[in-house]
Amino acid sequence: MGVEGIGASVVRKEDRRFITGKGRYVDDIKLQGMTHAHFIRSPHAHAKVKNIDSSVAMKMPGVVGVLTGQEIVDDKVGNLICGWAISSKDGTPMKMGAWPAMAPETVRFAGQAVAVVIAETKNLAKDAAEAVIVTYEELPAVADIAAAIRPGAPQLHPEAPGNIVYDWAIGDEAAVKDAFSKAANIVSLDLTNNRLVPNAMEPRAAIAEYNEAEEHFTLYTTSQNPHVARLVLSAFYNIAQEHKLRVIAPDVGGGFGSKIYIYPEEMVALWASKKVRRPVKWTGDRSEAFLTDAHGRDHVSKAEMAFDKDNRIVALRVKTHANFGAYMSLFSSAVPTYLYATLLSGQYNIPSIYAEVIAVYTNTTPVDAYRGAGRPEASFLIERMMETAARQLKVDPADLRRKNFITTFPHQTPVIMAYDIGDFGASLDVALKAIDYAGFPARKEKAKKEGKLRGIGFSCYIEACGIAPSKAVGSLGAGVGLWESAEVRVNPVGTIEVLTGSHSHGQGHETTFAQLVAERLGVPISQVQIVHGDTDKVQFGMGTYGSRSLAVGGTAIVKAMEKVEAKGKKIAAHLLEASEGDIVIENGEFKVTGTDKSIALPMVALAAYTAHNLPDGMEPGLKETAFYDPTNFTFPAGAYICELEVDSGTGKTSFVNFVAVDDFGRLINPMIVEGQVHGGLAQGIGQALLEGAVYDSSGQLVTASFMDYTMPRADDLPSFKLSHTPTLCPGNPLGVKGCGEAGAIGASAAVINAITDAIGHNKLEMPATPDRVWHAIHGNA
Amino acid sequence: MSTVKLTVNGKGVSADLEDRTLLVHLLRDHFNLTGTHVGCDTSQCGACVVHIDGRAVKSCTVLVGQANGVNVTTIEGISKGDELHPMQAAFRDNHGLQCGYCTPGMIMSAIDIVHRHSGQLDEDTVRHELEGNICRCTGYHNIVKSVLDAAGRMKVAQAAE
Repeated sequence: MGVEGIGASVVRKEDRRFITGKGRYVDDIKLQGMTHAHFIRSPHAHAKVKNIDSSVAMKMPGVVGVLTGQEIVDDKVGNLICGWAISSKDGTPMKMGAWPAMAPETVRFAGQAVAVVIAETKNLAKDAAEAVIVTYEELPAVADIAAAIRPGAPQLHPEAPGNIVYDWAIGDEAAVKDAFSKAANIVSLDLTNNRLVPNAMEPRAAIAEYNEAEEHFTLYTTSQNPHVARLVLSAFYNIAQEHKLRVIAPDVGGGFGSKIYIYPEEMVALWASKKVRRPVKWTGDRSEAFLTDAHGRDHVSKAEMAFDKDNRIVALRVKTHANFGAYMSLFSSAVPTYLYATLLSGQYNIPSIYAEVIAVYTNTTPVDAYRGAGRPEASFLIERMMETAARQLKVDPADLRRKNFITTFPHQTPVIMAYDIGDFGASLDVALKAIDYAGFPARKEKAKKEGKLRGIGFSCYIEACGIAPSKAVGSLGAGVGLWESAEVRVNPVGTIEVLTGSHSHGQGHETTFAQLVAERLGVPISQVQIVHGDTDKVQFGMGTYGSRSLAVGGTAIVKAMEKVEAKGKKIAAHLLEASEGDIVIENGEFKVTGTDKSIALPMVALAAYTAHNLPDGMEPGLKETAFYDPTNFTFPAGAYICELEVDSGTGKTSFVNFVAVDDFGRLINPMIVEGQVHGGLAQGIGQALLEGAVYDSSGQLVTASFMDYTMPRADDLPSFKLSHTPTLCPGNPLGVKGCGEAGAIGASAAVINAITDAIGHNKLEMPATPDRVWHAIHGNA
Repeated sequence: MSTVKLTVNGKGVSADLEDRTLLVHLLRDHFNLTGTHVGCDTSQCGACVVHIDGRAVKSCTVLVGQANGVNVTTIEGISKGDELHPMQAAFRDNHGLQCGYCTPGMIMSAIDIVHRHSGQLDEDTVRHELEGNICRCTGYHNIVKSVLDAAGRMKVAQAAE
């Protein structure tokens, strides 16, 4: 490794602009003649829109226009799509209700837009919105899964009888039934995976500009995947053709999944910019983020695990109800199916698995991928189950896990996934040592004497990342391929630009990707510019989610560099009058092995562009492109152990220690990787202890601000102890697996397992607030 | 409408504004100081923290009328030319930021924390003092490290002056 190459914890290239206030987020951008949009949103969870009277608003100062849902339908702007087709187990396709960008007739969740006011300033738009009179006829609403599937429940969409989107299954039901009939022990568990609000710190925003002369649109937007946004906007929403639409996602302040989707507000901004012939800006406020950003999780599950007399797992049966909210968001259908049920084997040898997933409409905000997306729900279920089983079978939870670990690879699970490599025992061993598991009984005893309840909890998670082999996901219903592209441009003076279809919104790609170049070409990272987030610069790409950017996007960069290097070697061999096979690249120079002859990269680049002396028939220039389609998912895994104390008088939980041991394969920048783990752990712990979106029975979100929804603060969290036990991924040349979601996937089970260990019984839902923990200790009296 | 006169990053400035305008919007919309961010609408998140007369204040809690005559320092005003403030450098060196959105507010709060505690800080104190600033990316682990590191750097810098 060089000082800036693979494995070096170099500080981030992008940081200087952020720490000096020079970051450029969408809301920081101003265009000439820009107007401001403010949406009029339904206060009701379910209602008919009877009338919209904007006559007074239209006469108010600074008002440019009031546009309604009916107008967007009349202009034939397409309804929002879901990009992954899932069929029920009876073979019928998923039942998708229509979702117009603004509701012309019926609103199905509180916060759904019915109209938009465009005005000279944001305040004038807000003032005018107050004067628009919308008449609603309220309809009965269903706010949770139980209410939605009750016989006689109010119906959301005529397309989906009983509010059921699909009733899907995976695995061998008969084999599972047979295994259960022969089992020595059966452990069962009911679980709720609480609904979360992603809450990236930068609220969503969009600025749309229509250039009448060119008949061309530009959209600045807070997106994790600007090319996917352009594709969907042009192919499905009929707003602009792909070559007449430029999508720019500049600095984006966090995503966590919530900025994957193409939301109604971006569609309306684009459409409205052509209608009013002026740029239109919309910046969401936090209240709008709570009401309209796709939420995450929200599962209710029943799980049963069968063991033989030696405590080996013989089968797993799971039935999950997933709340989709009022509409099917872009990737909602894939989350509780192919991103969830396919991970239910966990780290364990489980001969047979059967999982049913019933997706349900409710009058709530749509639900989609949020950091981990299906995998946290699977991991939480399996790891709560293993801890529950250990207690029921009266064996040590570490021993039960170890006995059932998969130890030979590749390993085909009964639920599609083929794990390529791992060493689950190694991660657990390091974690046990780091937390001093052997000393825990003495620490628990000591705490007891001090009046505290101490507990320890495990979570041995696995996830499928590097999303994903296009052919595989295509066969499972995905509407897009999930490859990645890269272009490496060596400029005539030897500086390098790398164009990637991945998008960085905090992950540090500008540094990590530059390190890949530094490693191979020996140039300093200051000479490398990573270009992303602009569809006019980068030809195409699938964006950033599912911990895919390095394993898929990074590999595309490597593939493009290989082509650049091959051409560079040809040029160098020609100039040095040597054989191409004798040329090696070291420290920014092309060298003839075994001699002192060399030529620096800038000279090779200059020769490529002057083209005065190139090998016969060679094209000038030094720029190459690669598209990389992965051959398999990657499988990051790890062992997390949480030790904590519960105050039985208050129900408050305090961390004693939190150990996270991960296998991400090769680490490019360990400092950045550890930062990703810290953030993921905070979100997993947030889910376990603090966070939860709560609706009342009428469908009002009662946790719709930072005053009501508990975001983790600095003093809610411990410092974390991290270690790595890498096994190199065989599926890509870098040997990397992905690290972005691990913490959020693994942490919550460790915390709940620790609290239930401390309080001595298992009935505790997330978030385990002091109130809930106190009641769990003292009963409901 | 009112005319507001104040000092921002050492320069005297004025603007004619609606009375309901908040200081954060004055800075962002009128003076193009877009490093100060808006992350919520309930004064919880701290992304908009600036210094008013040397004290950390959430600029979304200040009406422009209240800012008349005050001395405001924003994230754009704390480095000396190309030389970063020790807190900025500590955030970079300890990977105390990821998406960068909460970072300006974090840095402005953290400088005030170090000043108020005369540089005498431990982890628990830093975590408690940061409760008015929300970060969704870092899990605070490296922010806490950054602030503790900067407390030392600021002491050295002060001694040198």
